[in-house]
Amino acid sequence: MAEPGAAAARNRLAAAGARATTLAMLREQPRGDVIRNTLFAGLLLLSVLIALAGLVALLIQAFAKGSSALSPDLFTNPPSTAFPERAGFRPAIIGSLELIVGVILFVVPVGIGAALYLEEYADKTRWWNRLIEVNIQNLAAVPSIIYGILGLAFIVRGPLDLGFILAAGSLTLALLVLPMVIIAAREAIRAVPDSIRQGSLALGATKWQTIRSQVLPASVPGIATGVILAVSRALGETAPLLLVGATVFVTFDPTPFSPDGYSAMPVQIFNYAVRPQEEFQALAAAGIIVMLVVLLAMNSFAIWLRNRYEQRW
Amino acid sequence: MATDESRFETAREAREAAAARAGIAVRPEFQPNSGLAAREKVFELKGIDVLYNGVAAVKDISLDVHRNDVTALIGPSGCGKSTLLRCLNRMNDLIPGAEVRGELLYHGEDLYGPTVDPVQVRKLIGMVFQKPNPFPKSIYDNVAFGPRILGRKDNLDAAVERALRGAALWEEVKDRLSDNAFGLSGGQQQRLCIARCIAVEPDTILMDEPCSALDPISTGKIEDLMIELKKEFSIVIVTHNMQQAARVSDRTAFLMVELDADEQSRWGRLVEYDETERIFTNPADSRTEDYVSGKVG
Repeated sequence: MAEPGAAAARNRLAAAGARATTLAMLREQPRGDVIRNTLFAGLLLLSVLIALAGLVALLIQAFAKGSSALSPDLFTNPPSTAFPERAGFRPAIIGSLELIVGVILFVVPVGIGAALYLEEYADKTRWWNRLIEVNIQNLAAVPSIIYGILGLAFIVRGPLDLGFILAAGSLTLALLVLPMVIIAAREAIRAVPDSIRQGSLALGATKWQTIRSQVLPASVPGIATGVILAVSRALGETAPLLLVGATVFVTFDPTPFSPDGYSAMPVQIFNYAVRPQEEFQALAAAGIIVMLVVLLAMNSFAIWLRNRYEQRW
Repeated sequence: MATDESRFETAREAREAAAARAGIAVRPEFQPNSGLAAREKVFELKGIDVLYNGVAAVKDISLDVHRNDVTALIGPSGCGKSTLLRCLNRMNDLIPGAEVRGELLYHGEDLYGPTVDPVQVRKLIGMVFQKPNPFPKSIYDNVAFGPRILGRKDNLDAAVERALRGAALWEEVKDRLSDNAFGLSGGQQQRLCIARCIAVEPDTILMDEPCSALDPISTGKIEDLMIELKKEFSIVIVTHNMQQAARVSDRTAFLMVELDADEQSRWGRLVEYDETERIFTNPADSRTEDYVSGKVG
């Protein structure tokens, strides 16, 4: 009887010792850990600062140069090569607005339609549907100048032969951002749980009634967010527009189908920025400020929309 | 006798109306019997197999579901209760690779006949799911969805109220019909799903473990509701909860998992189907007794 009693006592002692060691460890953090943790956090912070530095530099430079040129005249006066103090962005602003209206008209139905086909109808076990999916992912990463060449070859000339008109530029930009819209819309549609579709089908709704009345309304916030982000991308694009006719120096308000040429904000900014005179430089900077404010407002609205209407299932 | 006669008339009329809406021609020779045997059959399953991608999930199920009964399907997990239930309103059609073999008659007519449209079938045979799945819309729009897709837009308010009263939810929500359905409690959401289902005016309601996500009080309300609803509808309920089957059902089918000789594949098979009281007090099969007495899970 003494033997097991002694063993138990030894076990108790050992357990008490282990507990004391653990408790002591609670209070001391190894020095190496402290240094490594701090270093790592510092590196991460540095990454953020590098990312922000570019934007901050751009903002400071634009405001320093352009704040003197900021005035309501910017929005109302046409550009001028001779009188920089009277030059403005009016045709470019109108051109940009018309361009994005065209983009929205094209991209919303086609983008949602493509997303609905891929999510709701396509049989994913078929190789052609997988091929389409991979291609759309890739298209979103194609450089925008390639879309410019496409627009020039197929829309301005070639099969569509629209000529250098604003609508052709709009269509080119729409093709450029279409993959973005499709991807965003697909994600929004996929986020609608299957239980909603089943609930609707179990009531005797057809597939189309289910999509129209349940799936689409539930995914509208996500789709709208994607469309806004795509439009703000289209608004800032310059390269494809240079190829499809937005290079003309216009002093009149452009119309969608006029062959007289059109302009857009980023192109006009480029136009002013390449001139040697100080006044035009300031004008370009003012244009950049206007663009940044508009883009920031649009992206903020997209984020607000997403957070406000995001459905938590 | 007079009451039997009148009930027979309404039942027949209801059946014919239901069949006409589904595009199913009623067989002239199919007539329900009078008296006790007039317990009209809603479903007749004859040797039903359900296969997913060629692999059987349930095999050789034969049973009759009677009008105005609550029929319970019980059995352990994986015995194919839900699979069997989803055959009855052709929800399995939505699963790629699903296949139903055997004969499944609905009011005497082949439910899987070549001219039967599954969309019409689901208007007659409603379904309530395991997890409440209200639409992300207002309470009113949830209930009105069914009548709207059926094109019944007159007296929509009255139809919504009738359905909500039928689901014992009206008093709780009548002042906030325009609120989002997601604001309701789980039990209320499930009753809303029942209201949504009966607003379509089906003749049968399938319930797939409707209380498994609910607390005991909400469960009690739904069970009371089932007993109320069976006056008007036929109900088939899948439940994991034997006590629930004993409390609410008139007839109970017990399914079990069966393994093949080398235990490589498994499927569900019907062990016993009888009046609920008999299943729980004096079952014919010892496996049923083991299950309902809790000896096996």
